[in-house]
Amino acid sequence: MASWFVFLTQRALRFRRGRREDHTLVSRCCKGNAKNKKLCCMATVLVDGKEIVLPDGQKLNGIQVARLAGTDIPHYCWHPGLTVVASCRMCLCETGTRDPATGKVTMLPKLVPACQTPATDNTVFVTDSEKIRNARAMVEEDLLIDHPIDCPICDKAGECLLQDYHFEHGRDQRRADIRPFTSRRREMGDTVTLFVDRCVMCTRCVRFTREISGDAELMVINRGAHEEIDVFPGYPLDNKLSGNVVDLCPVGALGDKDFLYQQRVWFMKKHAGVCAGCSTGCSITIEENQDRVYRLKPRENPEINQWWMCDEGRYGYHHVHAEGRQTEPRRIVAGERVNVEWSAIPRELNKQLREAGRIAVAISPHLTVEEAYLLAAYARSIDADALLALGPVPVIGEDEKFKNGFTIHAEKCPNRRGVEEVLKHFTGGVMSFGDFANEVASGQVGSMWLSGGNKKSDWIDAATTEKLTAAKVIVVQDLFTSPAWEAATWQLPGAAFAEREGSYVNHANHVQSFTWAVRPPVGVWTEGQLLWRLLNRPGLYKARPVMQEIATTIDYFAAAAEEVPPTGVKLIAKKQIPASV
Amino acid sequence: MPQFEPVLLANIHKPDSHTRKAYEASGGYSALKKILKEKTPAEMIDLVKASGLRGRGGAGFPCGLKWSFLPKNHPGPIYMCVNADESEPATFNNRILMELDPHQVIEGTIMACYATQASTAYIYLRIEYPTCYRRLEAAIAECYDAGYLGKNILGSGFSLDIFVHRGAAAYICGEETGLIESLEGKRAWPRIKPPFPAVEGVFRKPTVVNNVETMACVTHIAARGSDWFKSIGVPADPNNPRDAGSYGPKLYCLSGHVNKPGCYEQPLGITCRQLIDEFGGGVWKGRKAKAAVPGGISMGLLTAAELDTPLDFNALGKVGCLGLGTAAVTVMDDTTSMIDFLHNTCRFFSHESCGQCTPCREGTHWALAMMERIKAGKGRVKDLDLLLEIGDTIGIIPGSTICGLSDGAAWPIKNAIRKFRQEFEDYIKTTNPTGYMVTEAVPALVPLSVH
Repeated sequence: MASWFVFLTQRALRFRRGRREDHTLVSRCCKGNAKNKKLCCMATVLVDGKEIVLPDGQKLNGIQVARLAGTDIPHYCWHPGLTVVASCRMCLCETGTRDPATGKVTMLPKLVPACQTPATDNTVFVTDSEKIRNARAMVEEDLLIDHPIDCPICDKAGECLLQDYHFEHGRDQRRADIRPFTSRRREMGDTVTLFVDRCVMCTRCVRFTREISGDAELMVINRGAHEEIDVFPGYPLDNKLSGNVVDLCPVGALGDKDFLYQQRVWFMKKHAGVCAGCSTGCSITIEENQDRVYRLKPRENPEINQWWMCDEGRYGYHHVHAEGRQTEPRRIVAGERVNVEWSAIPRELNKQLREAGRIAVAISPHLTVEEAYLLAAYARSIDADALLALGPVPVIGEDEKFKNGFTIHAEKCPNRRGVEEVLKHFTGGVMSFGDFANEVASGQVGSMWLSGGNKKSDWIDAATTEKLTAAKVIVVQDLFTSPAWEAATWQLPGAAFAEREGSYVNHANHVQSFTWAVRPPVGVWTEGQLLWRLLNRPGLYKARPVMQEIATTIDYFAAAAEEVPPTGVKLIAKKQIPASV
Repeated sequence: MPQFEPVLLANIHKPDSHTRKAYEASGGYSALKKILKEKTPAEMIDLVKASGLRGRGGAGFPCGLKWSFLPKNHPGPIYMCVNADESEPATFNNRILMELDPHQVIEGTIMACYATQASTAYIYLRIEYPTCYRRLEAAIAECYDAGYLGKNILGSGFSLDIFVHRGAAAYICGEETGLIESLEGKRAWPRIKPPFPAVEGVFRKPTVVNNVETMACVTHIAARGSDWFKSIGVPADPNNPRDAGSYGPKLYCLSGHVNKPGCYEQPLGITCRQLIDEFGGGVWKGRKAKAAVPGGISMGLLTAAELDTPLDFNALGKVGCLGLGTAAVTVMDDTTSMIDFLHNTCRFFSHESCGQCTPCREGTHWALAMMERIKAGKGRVKDLDLLLEIGDTIGIIPGSTICGLSDGAAWPIKNAIRKFRQEFEDYIKTTNPTGYMVTEAVPALVPLSVH
């Protein structure tokens, strides 16, 4: 210990000498808050001798501040989105305080959990010492006493904290000659199953249902080593955020029934994406193997979804690989529906659209901003008077808000705001789909293009379709058959959300960009690729240059001119323009 | 030593000692009237501070100091909790106080609430004490009738309500924050500290948690003054700066292999041997004492040679015990097997661990599993070292748990094996002659049946 004191003290002094000129920064931070100087001033924290200066007023605990110093403190029960219980005792570390006047460090004699220790000014954290290593080995050994160690059949293997920490901090021998409990399985609800004996009792899931979703279905039963997670009989885990408890589980105890035994995690590649389930636009990770999506997981985004996503979004990827998905482009030639080669489509479709007279285009809120822009630009390039409108916006029920503020929106499409802004740029307003259908029905229109990306076929009814058939050339680009698809003279398969590349703008004008996670079914061109060819642009379709073009031409998107960060960018919200022209 | 006159137990043998009439006949509630008339709350705190009264629940924290941690001029409510979850094995002094002299406890509680300006007090009572419950409820009703409780007590302007809450008596509910959680209707998982209950306790409001016997002591301090209280017991050890002295009378619960088990009131600092010989009538059946538990099984063990240790807050630490605890002395005669003792102790703590912190939950369970195996004749000498390692690493003292339960689990393990190692080794060698020195892993035992 003594050598640590000397080491820390010397390091501290050296750092302080080097930091003298930084005082201007400190004085500026106190300016607006002179009364609260002590709180406001940046705190300096020592982590393993490394000096970390915390920004103004930021409240961090030992784990977070160690992360800033580049050190990972192992932990199970702590999660940044949940309350602190400090019960797993994996994050035990040594702390003390440094006397700012002398630089002398005084350490506490006992270990403390880093998650519960606030990083205030002059706090000293030591995250690696003989004592700490022993404590971590003890916790790892304890957790494995009753663990069934059934990694070969456990879905969590490969991304399991118990595995990782045991490898890093555990003992190389098992000293407890106790037969582990057998692995029992119990259903928590329709989405989640519990492997009882894999549990390390971190209670993250219990706290989630109490603090985030607010339904408090999960609880701890029994006492001591016989403790288990359970639900009350007759009250299963059935809230709309239930899938999150599986992500929260640091070990393989809670299993996602949708993903159970589907894929080993190390075979999957992870792609940053955006959920297309509703206008919340949660940041997600799309996990796929060989162009098949196996699961969606929330991606941390403090601006939008924090660490969570809803079950509707989480399990709402099945349509990507659903049976009945349209993959063959067809057109009607002399009353007959015939298959067309993708490579022939741009030339022939272009020709027919140009000959048909006035063109009307409904831009689906499932398209990315880039695709919407290209589609509008294409329509205007063949007809300066082209009728542009917003495609049908699916609204189901009402917005649902949860205890912590997480909201599932009733608007079940990802990009209404983005498409609206593109439309405003081209037409000065936004025409609704109802007005569009009436306009087409009036017979003034020669050709009509309906873009899709809808998960189901119920997005349009027969009556509306009837109105649209007034056009001679009907192009429908979608995933599944629908009345409109049946009426189309050009049936063009489209891309699902995981296959698109581009940007979505959520309900709060927050734009997020993403690239494709899986390739579309064999041969299918995404909307962006097709429009790129129709516009006769050089090279391959890439969303980024298109967004740059949009950002320079449309004011609203100006903030997206530079590379959009993984968590997205807030676009300036302009005054709402009436929905129809 | 002059003959000690019992104070806390002075009335328990009188007829109807649990009624207000009998209590007032022996001078009850005169202290309350005096305090409410003559002293301010701050003066009452000073009085208790000056008396040197330390909490009787187990940890021995100075009572007046605890009260003074409450925020000054707190605008919202302050709560008082009386810890009557007497769950330490072999401890029954609170039960005697509540069954036979409940008004003494209630009077102390009213004065403690006056000192801390708490307007609500909860008596957290374990469910196993139905007589206590009935007598406390009756006593509280009598107090409301007499105007000792309710609005504007005795015209002083001070108001107080007392509620008796019955808990299902888990050991962990005796831990003050576990008690608070349980009182709030939650699972009794002790809270992380800080914040301490004095800052954030029941319903997130400042709270004081005191033991039943502490409350009874407050009554007598108010009646007889702090000098009287300080004249009894053992002054602070000058060599131990952390010792605040052990003053006042204490109820010692004597049980085990003695001729006359029972609850005896004596000044703090009486030795264990005195207690056994002078009050317990010696070890039963003419045998010799082999060991004694000094204050509830969580405090560790005294060997026969250590029986002259004074039972106070300071001296027990010197012989390797955790402390005085609840002063429940359990005597074991020379036929007792320490293996049985430790096995039973481990079973208790494994059963009572709340399961929140990993080291306690799994450590106590593992210790029990090893003791099971040793008892089953499959023990190995290396098991003793593993048990000692568990004992040395779990607890709030090394910092690996939230509350002190696992210190209580660790101390019997450490003391029993360190003080009686030869007996453990002999037992293992005799019962497992072929495998006692095996050091590599052996086939696992079938899961335990005990729970």
